[in-house]
Amino acid sequence: MKLSKILKNGFLIVVACLALSACATSKKTTGQMQGDVYTGTDTVEYLASGVPDRVFFATNESVLTTASRETLRKQAAWLRKNSKITIVLEGHADERGTREYNLALGERRANAAKDYLMTYGISSDRISVLSYGKERPVDSGSNPLAWSKNRRSVTVKAN
Amino acid sequence: MKNFLITLIIILIPLKSFGLIEVDITRGNLNPLPIAVSPLSIDEESRKNFENILEKKNIGSEISKIVENNLKVSGLFNPLNKDAFLQKPDIANLKPRFEDWNLIKAQALITGKVSYLEEKLRVEFRLWDVLAGKEMMALAFTTVPNNWRRVGHIITDKVYERLTGEKGYFDTRIIYVAEEGPKTQRVKKLAIMDQDGANNKFLTLGNELVLTPRFNPTSQMVTYLSYFRNLPRVYLLDIETGTQEVVGDFPGMTFAPRFSPDGKKIIMSFAKDGNSEIYTMDLENRIVEKITNHPSIDTSPSYSPDGKFISFNSDRSGYQQIYVMKSDGNNVKRISFGKGIYGTPVWSPRGDLIAFTKLHKGKFYIGVMRTDGSGERLLTENFYQEAPSWSPNGRVLIFYRETKTDSKGKGFSAKLWSIDLTGYNERQVPTPTDGSDPSWSSLLSN
Repeated sequence: MKLSKILKNGFLIVVACLALSACATSKKTTGQMQGDVYTGTDTVEYLASGVPDRVFFATNESVLTTASRETLRKQAAWLRKNSKITIVLEGHADERGTREYNLALGERRANAAKDYLMTYGISSDRISVLSYGKERPVDSGSNPLAWSKNRRSVTVKAN
Repeated sequence: MKNFLITLIIILIPLKSFGLIEVDITRGNLNPLPIAVSPLSIDEESRKNFENILEKKNIGSEISKIVENNLKVSGLFNPLNKDAFLQKPDIANLKPRFEDWNLIKAQALITGKVSYLEEKLRVEFRLWDVLAGKEMMALAFTTVPNNWRRVGHIITDKVYERLTGEKGYFDTRIIYVAEEGPKTQRVKKLAIMDQDGANNKFLTLGNELVLTPRFNPTSQMVTYLSYFRNLPRVYLLDIETGTQEVVGDFPGMTFAPRFSPDGKKIIMSFAKDGNSEIYTMDLENRIVEKITNHPSIDTSPSYSPDGKFISFNSDRSGYQQIYVMKSDGNNVKRISFGKGIYGTPVWSPRGDLIAFTKLHKGKFYIGVMRTDGSGERLLTENFYQEAPSWSPNGRVLIFYRETKTDSKGKGFSAKLWSIDLTGYNERQVPTPTDGSDPSWSSLLSN
């Protein structure tokens, strides 16, 4: 009887430890996310020095964050300087949505980026849009951090 | 498709209407009907001939295995172990000794005979009511030997129809997307197979991403999305000839295609400047019509079987919900009002239900609701699953399910599953590779 009680308590301690460590990891992830928008640099590549190639979105959203707008302004400045470069904006969604809706969502995200670049003087002739929906995740994980990296619009040089 | 045609040569005896056994398919069947599927008998000369042509030692028992497997997978029948059978196949087919079959608790019995006739496969079979001691039906087919699997499926369809009162769904095929490779660089091909997973065939090479294939009403054509030359467009594929053509070549992305119930139109989404709308294209004269007109995402359209209505997915309320409108785009009504978000509505072939995918509190569900949104019923819950497609008789749904990956990105899989409308009999559908986006054909023979 006593032994089983001890075992039970031991089990509780193990569970408590697991819960704590789970908290610890989720805290670490919030360091790279604001709300559920990715703010880290793990997957980011650069079109030129200081010009990040991608912006990130909240779940189900295509609204540009302050950080996204800053990234896109840098891209616009770089595109103005390199006037022969054309680009493809590749819009993506995370795996937590139906395939067809995500195709539409990826298109909406890429177009949000396109519209912003256009307001900073980049001609629509230089921009094409391509949605991959959830077909091309950059992080294959099934967790909120991976999903936040996958909700993105990536600016890719087309020529 | 011509070579698949089976000539129904003789109906030996007209159907009688006093069969005592009946299978109720409207409830989850916890007591599947015990049925004995006797191997089809075959004479030695026919056996040798078929062994030469088909490389199957005994085509009679091979066909009966197909029937047995179909009946078992349906969840409504319990095929009994052949080791317990007392009567030999040839004698049973002439006149079963019902006491023997009763002894092993069989309520129904299938017997039959296979013969080689002028280079053709001739199959006759009989369905017996063991308790009543009566023959319920008898049919014979003649076809090319290569069609032997289809003969098994057609026999199952006939038995299913006789015992349940509803059309079967066994002589059918599934078109789906075969998947391989890492999650971040998945290679996807169109693939087609028999409903039981046999005769799998890849229809594209995997050079470009392909998604969401759907059959036309006669199951000879498929419409799907291809990223050929990195231009996501709706395509049309003739399964027999392999001819492919683009049908949605608009300056933007066309996706989410389906056929109209008469097969004359394709309904699809067209995305441009951040807005997805639903369009139809008449395949004969290529006239395009815009059906929806709203700044939100409108996608996943699916016609009612009479062609008068369209269900679709829209986020005009802020989140993905299911809507129904008249086929001209008027009278748009939201029908999903439960908790969570809803996608992929598909109208049932009977017209009374809409199957859907639902996401609520981090779980994905496949469910059905009436076409006015009432009577929502969730059939299955999982980490990720979507895209239900109806069996032609409207009793079974096929869909795909993905597994969670661990922190290292390992453990991902995508598989096809089926479930009864009752919520019972959930099963994985075998595929040689991973699979997604299944679409069920119509009955190939009638």
